[in-house]
Amino acid sequence: MTRDVAVLGAGMHPWGKWGRSFVEYGTVAARAALADAGLDWRDIGSIVGADTVRAGYPGHVAGATFAKALGWQGARVASVYAACASGAQAIATARAQILAGLADVVLVVGADAAPKGFFRPVGGERPDDPDWLRFRVLGATNPTYFGLYARRRMAVHGDTPEDFALVKVKNAAMGALNPNARYRGRVTAEEVAASAVVADPLRLLDICATSDGGAALVLSSTDFARRRGVTRPVRIRAVSTVTPRFPNTVLDLPDIATDSSVAVQPADETFRASIARAAYEEAGIGPQELSLAEVYDLSTALELQWYEDLGLCGEGEGAKLLREGATGPGGRIPVNASGGLASFGEAVPAQAIAQVCELTWQLRGTAGERQVAGARVGISANQGLFGHGSSVVAVR
Amino acid sequence: MSRTRTPAVDGWFTGGGDGFRLLGTRCSSCATVFFPREDVHCRNPCCVGGSLMETPLSRKGRIWSYTDSRYRPPSPYVSNPELPWEPYALIAVELAAERIVVLGQTTPKITVADLAVGMEVEVVPGVLHEDAETTWTTWHWRPTGVRA
Repeated sequence: MTRDVAVLGAGMHPWGKWGRSFVEYGTVAARAALADAGLDWRDIGSIVGADTVRAGYPGHVAGATFAKALGWQGARVASVYAACASGAQAIATARAQILAGLADVVLVVGADAAPKGFFRPVGGERPDDPDWLRFRVLGATNPTYFGLYARRRMAVHGDTPEDFALVKVKNAAMGALNPNARYRGRVTAEEVAASAVVADPLRLLDICATSDGGAALVLSSTDFARRRGVTRPVRIRAVSTVTPRFPNTVLDLPDIATDSSVAVQPADETFRASIARAAYEEAGIGPQELSLAEVYDLSTALELQWYEDLGLCGEGEGAKLLREGATGPGGRIPVNASGGLASFGEAVPAQAIAQVCELTWQLRGTAGERQVAGARVGISANQGLFGHGSSVVAVR
Repeated sequence: MSRTRTPAVDGWFTGGGDGFRLLGTRCSSCATVFFPREDVHCRNPCCVGGSLMETPLSRKGRIWSYTDSRYRPPSPYVSNPELPWEPYALIAVELAAERIVVLGQTTPKITVADLAVGMEVEVVPGVLHEDAETTWTTWHWRPTGVRA
């Protein structure tokens, strides 16, 4: 029995700073995905929304808000929140419904309207919330965690700020070819080096912006796709939504300390590596079979970390892989052919869905100027605040 | 008028001067240490569960990594918007005995140029901010050998 689900449609609202409601972005993306699938909204049996938290209730409770905006038609609804991994959890929910036979065709939507500047926790006096505490007691913004990881790589692996800048140069060049990206200009290493330091050693152009945007997918059973005459759809073969294992020894957002490993020996692999491994195991493929990867480059340095966590190279070899051009256009394993977060900025609940939109277009061979030649297998990877893994394997 | 000294977070540190220590808890069954403190259940999934006893953490550790905050963090971090922003450094410190990494601000005037991964640091009492009535206290990391 196949465990695959078909991707019938993919759609986006372009990323930017549009200053409008996330509902509008999500609805535009949903309509685009439905049009791409050649389906009417009234054909959809279930809708899953990925929530934003910046709009009273979790995104007005996202799935229902999008269903209402598209016109109530009685579809089953679910809404999920897993911070940056919300989109992957929405995809996982849709997939589970399809594989369980609860729905033939499911619409997945995520959209956000992000504030300017640093993300911050919701207000009030909430000392029981680790996310509130790290801001209150340490002023530890997200970029300071990215700075810690980058400095650690420099000390342990010998990465340099010039290596980090090359990630931005690569992703900006790819994003320049993507009409849905927010930043469409090429960037030079000199421009990265001349941008202001935000969290040493990272500069403004090393760190992803916060954006408005929306992304949607229409997923179905492979039987439904076949009945629709779609004989060779892009298929989602694995969705990893794992949590860390105790003791988690990498300082993750929003934590002030790691787990102690005084009583239990930590696993050989980090949480991030376990996210990818779970996806590979479920898909029955390995990193050597990948045509491309979309990873969560919240910072340039973090993209290099993902190379290693995905097994694209050995530990500490990420910068070397980049410098060899393996992850650039025409390379052995292009990473962030979409332009990545460097070109999009982060629209939190839309982002993991957007990664799968890019995999879909690449695997169909319809990615235009940024097409990865002969793409057959793609992986996305991301990690959400509070211990949410997210990785999707798509094949064609 | 003298201000009251109040911890920015209850129960996370104690003492003054050389006696200042971070406070965690230790499971009586598996000996895992928790910081920030766990007071109800041990989070080791292999542990049958013991009682959690308050325990002071090691005073000294080594820098796992460090960074700084060049821009003013948003609320609930408290800073005076009328004063120019003074960046501060943040250090993640590995405590060998507890096998844990704990984040903290450095003492004022320490910058990233003064730091290196692997350098020894010690925990010292610090001030997070002051308002009309209260001095909100916290912990700071300081390279050993540096005074004041």
